[in-house]
Amino acid sequence: MAEMDEVFREAWPVVVASTARLTGDLDLAEDCAQEAVERALRSWADGAPDNPVGWLTTVARRVALDRLRREATLRRKLPLLVEPAGDDDEPGPTDPLRLVFTCCHPALAVESQVALTLRLVCGVDVAAIAAVLLTGEAGVARRITRAKQKIATARIPFRVPPDDELPARLDAVLTVVHLVHTAGHRGSRTGLRNTELTGRAAALARMLVRLLPAEPEPQALLGLILLTEARGPARTDSAGDLVLLADQDRSRWDRALIGRGLALTTAALRRGPRGRFALQAGVAGLHAMAPSWAETDWAQIVTTYDA
Amino acid sequence: MARYMFLLYDAEDWWDTADEQGVVDEMRLHEEFEAAVRDAGASVVGGEALERSSTASTVRRGADGALVTDGPFADTKEALGGFYVIDAPDLDVALRLAKICPAGNVEVRPVLETPDDV
Repeated sequence: MAEMDEVFREAWPVVVASTARLTGDLDLAEDCAQEAVERALRSWADGAPDNPVGWLTTVARRVALDRLRREATLRRKLPLLVEPAGDDDEPGPTDPLRLVFTCCHPALAVESQVALTLRLVCGVDVAAIAAVLLTGEAGVARRITRAKQKIATARIPFRVPPDDELPARLDAVLTVVHLVHTAGHRGSRTGLRNTELTGRAAALARMLVRLLPAEPEPQALLGLILLTEARGPARTDSAGDLVLLADQDRSRWDRALIGRGLALTTAALRRGPRGRFALQAGVAGLHAMAPSWAETDWAQIVTTYDA
Repeated sequence: MARYMFLLYDAEDWWDTADEQGVVDEMRLHEEFEAAVRDAGASVVGGEALERSSTASTVRRGADGALVTDGPFADTKEALGGFYVIDAPDLDVALRLAKICPAGNVEVRPVLETPDDV
């Protein structure tokens, strides 16, 4: 069942995004993605098909077209997602990227960006999002509804921003991913690490690395996330209390994760320009490499902070 | 394409100091803005500059009928001083134009499209 969850998690943004492109309606796309997952749970009893993402996408798009046909007259008056002219409706590899940039549009409040991204890109349910934002379920549902309405009514376009706007827009997206990751760690004071959320943040960062291979900052953020995760086991003691970095048992750090985090961080720092996540990941990397608190390369850390 | 209203809010001390040259300069800024709108594939559908907010009157309709008061509806340091209606393909284009619109603060609001408009 855990494997199945993984399949759904990976498929979710692809299914929502390509259904949204077909219908021009985020609400409908979310409903139909949900419906496709429910149908899969019923019909995949003997195992998932060879191409589960394709299966889910086809079902969601078919459900969406059926509903559109039934409600044709009702829907004609509603505002639809704006897409650049000339794009066809076929599912494409950049669909999830369009979805992320739309959810993290600077014309939406940051809380709305986080809520929309968790719901539409990560498929997290409203109750769990409410726990992240430290607010009530009804409030989160209202926030998501209003944000979707603004996207359609104010015509926030469903596209990857052009090159001259990409750095600023990407920074907004990475900020949301970082917030999701940080929220997953907020529980550490009580000994509860929300690995569900930290895992979602890592998956989002991984998706951005895959879809924007020329950009150093997604790599740096993924590096930072992995380096932070690597120290997770040592962050709390047996009583569940927080252990400061200086006092942590470094033998409990996950060396394999540190290796992967360092590789990403080094690649991002080498490529440049050095953004804020590259510098934060650099500091995390220096801590992760140090055999002890006393032997940490403090001079290099100070240099990085001053950069 | 969709229409957006740009509501221009500014401090009003400009009125106290502006001379003839100041008015000419301000007009030129707006002419340049309108040229930039056209270059962006958008168009100016309408717009006006307003007299200062101390010349406004506000009518409030309550249970006891209408009450007229002196001054703008919201008495803020930065007052509504003018507006544009811009036809643009999407919010990204509208926001890019709002950033170069000659005003300290610009609220961008989509115009409600009624079936007759479409």
